[in-house]
Amino acid sequence: MTEPAALKLKDMLKKPEILTSGHRMCAGCAAPTIVKLMGMALRGPTIVCEVTGCLEVATTIYPYTAWKLPWIHVAFENAAAVASGVIEAVDVMREKGRWSKEHVDVIAIGGDGGTFDIGFGAISGMLERGHDIVYMCYDNGAYQNTGIQRSGGTFPGQETTTSWAGKVSPGKEQRKKPLAEIVAAHRTPYVATVNPYHHRDFITKFRKALEVEGPAFIHAFSPCPRGWRSQTGKSMELAKLAMEVGLHPLYEIFNGTEYKMSGPSRRLKELRPLDDYWKTQGQFKHLFKPEWADFKKSLQEQVNDDWEILKKKCGIE
Amino acid sequence: MTAVKRIPKDQIAIEGLTGDAAIAHALKQCDLDVLAAYPITPQTIIVEDYQKFAANGEVHCRVIPVESEHSAMSACIGASAVGARVATASASAGLALMWEILYCAASMRMPIIFTVANRALSGPINIHNDWSDTYGARDSGFIQIYTQSCQEAYDTTIMAFKIAEDHKVLLPIMVCIDGFILSHNVERVEMLPTKAVENFLGVREPFIKLDPDNPITMGPLALTDYYFEFKEQQERAMEAVPEVFAQVETDFEKMTGRRYGMFEEYRTDDAEIIIFTHSTPGGTAKATVDVLREKGEKVGVLRLRMFRPFPTKEIVEVVKNAKAVIVFEKCRSFGAPSNPLALELRTALYDLEKRPMVVDFVIGLGGRDCPPTTIVEGYEKTKEYLKKGKAPLYETMGVRK
Amino acid sequence: MSEKYNEIPMAGNIIEPGNATKYKTGGWRAQRPIHTDETCLWVKNGTCGLCWIYCPDNSVKLIEKDGKYIYEFDLEYCKGCGICANQCPTDSIRMENE
Repeated sequence: MTEPAALKLKDMLKKPEILTSGHRMCAGCAAPTIVKLMGMALRGPTIVCEVTGCLEVATTIYPYTAWKLPWIHVAFENAAAVASGVIEAVDVMREKGRWSKEHVDVIAIGGDGGTFDIGFGAISGMLERGHDIVYMCYDNGAYQNTGIQRSGGTFPGQETTTSWAGKVSPGKEQRKKPLAEIVAAHRTPYVATVNPYHHRDFITKFRKALEVEGPAFIHAFSPCPRGWRSQTGKSMELAKLAMEVGLHPLYEIFNGTEYKMSGPSRRLKELRPLDDYWKTQGQFKHLFKPEWADFKKSLQEQVNDDWEILKKKCGIE
Repeated sequence: MTAVKRIPKDQIAIEGLTGDAAIAHALKQCDLDVLAAYPITPQTIIVEDYQKFAANGEVHCRVIPVESEHSAMSACIGASAVGARVATASASAGLALMWEILYCAASMRMPIIFTVANRALSGPINIHNDWSDTYGARDSGFIQIYTQSCQEAYDTTIMAFKIAEDHKVLLPIMVCIDGFILSHNVERVEMLPTKAVENFLGVREPFIKLDPDNPITMGPLALTDYYFEFKEQQERAMEAVPEVFAQVETDFEKMTGRRYGMFEEYRTDDAEIIIFTHSTPGGTAKATVDVLREKGEKVGVLRLRMFRPFPTKEIVEVVKNAKAVIVFEKCRSFGAPSNPLALELRTALYDLEKRPMVVDFVIGLGGRDCPPTTIVEGYEKTKEYLKKGKAPLYETMGVRK
Repeated sequence: MSEKYNEIPMAGNIIEPGNATKYKTGGWRAQRPIHTDETCLWVKNGTCGLCWIYCPDNSVKLIEKDGKYIYEFDLEYCKGCGICANQCPTDSIRMENE
C-alpha cells in the first residue's frame, strides 16, 4: 500500500522523519529542509543513493548517520549509475522471489557540482536508459563542500574561490547551465524545479516525480549561508526571492515538451529586480561597484529574456 | 547446497570457444542478477554474447548498457549493495576509467566479478595485450586471478563467484585473460550443465544489504579515527582468501576433476632455473621448457594464477632452492627499480639467507609477440648472469634499441 | 572510538539508523530562539507550523497533548540559524545572544 504525501501540517507531523537532528550541515543550510520535504512526499519503502557533497559528508560522519532510510554513497559522480544498479537489481530479484517488497522507490541525490558537472554523464545515461529513478539536485550554486568553487550551476556575477571578483573580473562571467531543460530534452517523463520555501509545491512535485513511470528530475534551489555570505536566518527567504527575481523560476516539464509554470511563478506580475537578490549576499556585493554597472545590466537583460522565453514555453502571454 | 558430485561425461558440452566466449558462457550459467558493462576491445565479445543470451531469454538478468566503464562499476556496486549477483567486463582504458570505483567496490566489500581481457594502456592507443591495466590496479583491493586457457577462464569465472561471495572474503575479483591472445583464440572448452553450476554456486546470500526494513548507511565519511580500521578489515579479508579459494577448488575438482591452485608448478622439482610468469606466456614457457629439458637443461615453470593476494610463502617454498628465477612480465613500472611481478618476488625472497638470483624481463608491451625464442633468450642470458654472479635489476626484451 | 577493527561493522556500514542524534549540535549556537506563546498560531489553534517545516535541524517541537498545543525548542540540536524567527508570520520568535 502506498502512503499518501503529507501536505497539511497535521499529516506532516505524523510522517516519519528521514533525516534526524545531529547532522553537521552548517547552520541555516537549506539542504536538510529539502530532504525533510522530500520525506513528506514518500509513498513507501525507499532507497537513497547520494553523491559526494555537503549533504553526504555532513550527514554520515562515521560512526553516526542522520539517515533513517537505507542509504548509499559511493563517489562524487556516480549516484545516477549506482541508483541504476539498485533499481534493476531490486526489480530482477523481486522477479526471482528474492525481494519481498512489492515496490521500492529509488532516489538519487546530488549537489550542483555532482549533477551539473562531474556526474552529468551518468545522469544522462540514467535518463536515456529510462530507469525508474527520481534524481534530485540540491543546487547551492557552487562546490560549497570543497570551499565554494564555481560550478556549472554557479550564476553569472557570482563570486567563488575559483571565480573571484577582482579588478578585471566581475566573478563568474558565464551563464548557468540550463540543467532542468537539458534533462527534459532527454524526453524525461517529469522534470520540476522547486525550492524549500514553497513547500507544498515542493512536496506535490516530488510526489509526482515518484509516481511517474521512468526517470524524473527535481531541481531544488538550496541557499547556502556559508558560501553565499548571507544571513543564516534568511535561507528560506532567499529561496523565495530567487523565484521572484527569475533566477530559479518554478515550473514543470512533462515528457520533455509540455511546460507548465507553477503557481508561485505564475502569480508574479513581473520579476523583481536582480538587485534585490544580489544585495542580500556577500558573493554579489562587488556587482554594486560602478565598474560593473554595464555587466550587471547585461545580467538583468539576460534574466528578463530567459523569463520571457520560459513564459512563452509555458503558454503565458 | 547439496553435495558436489562428479558430472558424468555425457552431460558435458564440448565446444570450440574464444576466451571471451568461454567467459560469456560461464557468466550465462552463474545466474547473474545484473550485468553492467561498456564495450571495449578486446573484451567486447563477452558483453555481446551475454547480451545475445539476454535477448533470447536464456538468462534471467538485467543487463545495464551503461554510458561508461565508470558507471559500469558504479551500477555493479549499487546492484551488489542490495544483494544481487553482479558481473562486469572491461580492459585497458575502460579499466582505467573505473579506477576510482575499483577502490570503492573493494572497500565497500562488494563481491563483484570483473572479467578483464588484459590490454595495454594509452598512449599511444593500442588494442593489444599487456598487463599494465590490471597491474596498475593491484592495490585496489580486488583479488586478481590470471588464466592461461579458455577452459581455465571458464572454470575460474564460475569459481570466482563462490570465492567472492563467501562471507569470510566479500571482495571483488578480477578474472584476467590475455587480450586477443586468449580473448580471441578458439580452444576446446568443456562446459558444465547449467544446473550443476547453479547447484555449485547456490544463490548469493548477502552478508548485509540495503533494505528498507533494516535501513543501514553504506559508504559514509570515515576520518582519522576509523578509516584505518576499515583498511585492516580489508587486509584480513584478503588473508582469508587462500583457504576459501582452496575449498572452492576442492569442490570444483569433485565436480570436474580440474583444479588449478594459486599457481601451477611445471617441472620445477629439480629445476635449477625457474621461469616465473603468468597468463599466456605461462603456456609458451611450459612448451619451451619441454624443449630445453630434452636438451638436458634443468628448468621449470612457476605459472602464477593468483597475483592478489600474492601467495608469498608458497612461492618461496617452490623457488627457494633454485639458482635463479626468471621473471617474464608484460608491464613496465616507469621509474621503479624493477617491475610489478619481480618486485613482489624479490620482496618475498628478501628474508631468505640464501636467495635465488632474480632476473626480470619486461616483454610484450602493446602486444609485441613473445615466441618461445623470447623465453630461450631470457634463459640463456640468465645462465650468463649466473656465471657472472650478477644480473641487472630488470631489462626490456624485444624492443628495438 | 577505541574499537578495534573487528569490533566495528564491516566496510564502514552504519547499522543504527539515525544515530546522529547522539551528536549534539546545540553547542554551535551563537543565538538562541525565544518563543512567545501568546501570538503563536500553533499554540493558538494547532496551525501554521512554518518554523517546524523549515527548521533544518528538527529542533522545533510541536506537541499536541490533551487537546492543547504546546511549543518547544530542542536546544540540544538547535544551531541558532534563525530561520524559524525569520519565517514566523506572527513574529512569535526572536533570536537572543547566548
